[in-house]
Amino acid sequence: MGILDKHAFLEKNATLLLACSFAVVTIGGIVEIAPLFYLENTIEDVEGMRPYTPLELAGRDIYVREGCYVCHSQMIRPMRDEVERYGHYSLAAESKYDHPFQWGSKRTGPDLARVGGRYSDEWHVDHLTNPQSVVPESVMPKYGFLTHAMIEGEYMQDLMSTHALVGVPYTEDQLENAQSDFLAQADPDSDYDGLLERYGEDSVNVRNFDGEPGISEMDALIAYLQMLGTLVDFSTFYPDESR
Amino acid sequence: MSDDLKQKHGTTGHSWDGIEELNTPLPRWWLWTFYATIVWGIIYTVLYPAWPLVNQATAGILGYSTRAEVAERIAEVETANAGINEQLASVELTEVAADPELNQYAVSAGASVFQTWCAQCHGSGAAGAVGYPNLLDDDWLWGGSIEDIHYTVTHGIRNEDDWDARYSAMPAFGRDELLEPEQIDAVVNYVMSLSGTPQDASLVEEGAVVFEENCVSCHMEDGTGDREQGAPNLTDAIWLYGGDYETIHETVENARFGVMPNWGERLSEAQIRAVATYVHQLGGGE
Repeated sequence: MGILDKHAFLEKNATLLLACSFAVVTIGGIVEIAPLFYLENTIEDVEGMRPYTPLELAGRDIYVREGCYVCHSQMIRPMRDEVERYGHYSLAAESKYDHPFQWGSKRTGPDLARVGGRYSDEWHVDHLTNPQSVVPESVMPKYGFLTHAMIEGEYMQDLMSTHALVGVPYTEDQLENAQSDFLAQADPDSDYDGLLERYGEDSVNVRNFDGEPGISEMDALIAYLQMLGTLVDFSTFYPDESR
Repeated sequence: MSDDLKQKHGTTGHSWDGIEELNTPLPRWWLWTFYATIVWGIIYTVLYPAWPLVNQATAGILGYSTRAEVAERIAEVETANAGINEQLASVELTEVAADPELNQYAVSAGASVFQTWCAQCHGSGAAGAVGYPNLLDDDWLWGGSIEDIHYTVTHGIRNEDDWDARYSAMPAFGRDELLEPEQIDAVVNYVMSLSGTPQDASLVEEGAVVFEENCVSCHMEDGTGDREQGAPNLTDAIWLYGGDYETIHETVENARFGVMPNWGERLSEAQIRAVATYVHQLGGGE
């Protein structure tokens, strides 16, 4: 049994055993993880994905800050019951501009990957302010304070530059106009043509999301929620069978 | 005993203060199970998608794909229901209730659609919430016939996504300074009196004039409302936002603008007809 007998030597030398175990686990990790960076079908090409607008990005930060991901996942798994309830299963491409991603695995509340457009803005205000007023059986906490936390977007350019640093393809134009785009999206009376031109005519909602004057964290969060899952044009999507 | 084992297996050579370690081999059954799992591991990677190659991973000889499976499961159910769904989507809406089998299917399927897509606003029992209409009663904003309900579900109300959405907008009489604060006070008193809440007679009289001049084009002379414009009946003591002074004052001051999404793009025609049938038979259908 030649080589197997040498195993006894390994077992009797703790440091060597540790070093070799580490080497084996490392190989396993590399085989599982490294191919994802070069395989062509890890992230499919889909129509419609774009980086988040400044207001949506701010809303996403609020989503993360308030720990929404603790109870809400953002990944519809490819199973019939999930697809029937939430819509088309999630694609890797849909979270390619997420740093960090919000997939999650805990669902005290429903999955939010395709919550965009499903409810009215007013419902979101009612529901975030007092969830039990519309869903009596809900255990969600109240987030009414968001309405009173006003934001100006003065740090949006910094935030977007940071995202650009980790690979989100924000253009110079988008970075330069970060704050003005931020302000324009929540004000339907503003000059928002530039915003639409930079991010896409069909996929950007320009509304006063919370119905109150000024831009609050509520506006930003609802802008983010109303965009979720609406970007990809599924009429042009054909699942890659080899995946 | 220990001498027997020592003879049989030998020791590892380790010895501490005379205590020696036996070199007992692993039990056979354990060892063979271990080898079997290794063999199974290799077989599994051959059968199912596994080894990463240059452009993509090996597909596995069984050709299994999660995506194909979910598509298959959905297709299975769709095929099973295809006949009755087609019947539901093509029959006259008013005829659904006349066919017991079709009606039963539509009501059950509609209940599922309702729980998935509608309950968040209208409540799991369809009793609504403040600002979201109760669908159990016979008070309808835009009409309670099955055709009306079907239209509302398909196109929604005051949303930006469907040009055919039902639309009307009450003016913000206070915010836009269309009425003086005293006039608003008076008309609120008048509106409250319409459903039988006793109010100060002189205010009601004054309010009736304001109502006549500003409100009747939508809410009608007698305050019974107009479904063509989604203008609520103000005489039936059923309130969407609340019937107390403060709430009605807020409505006149800043107006209301309830929005419902258009479901025509998200649900199939059969699903929309099913949920319309479900809502229609809840009690208030006309």
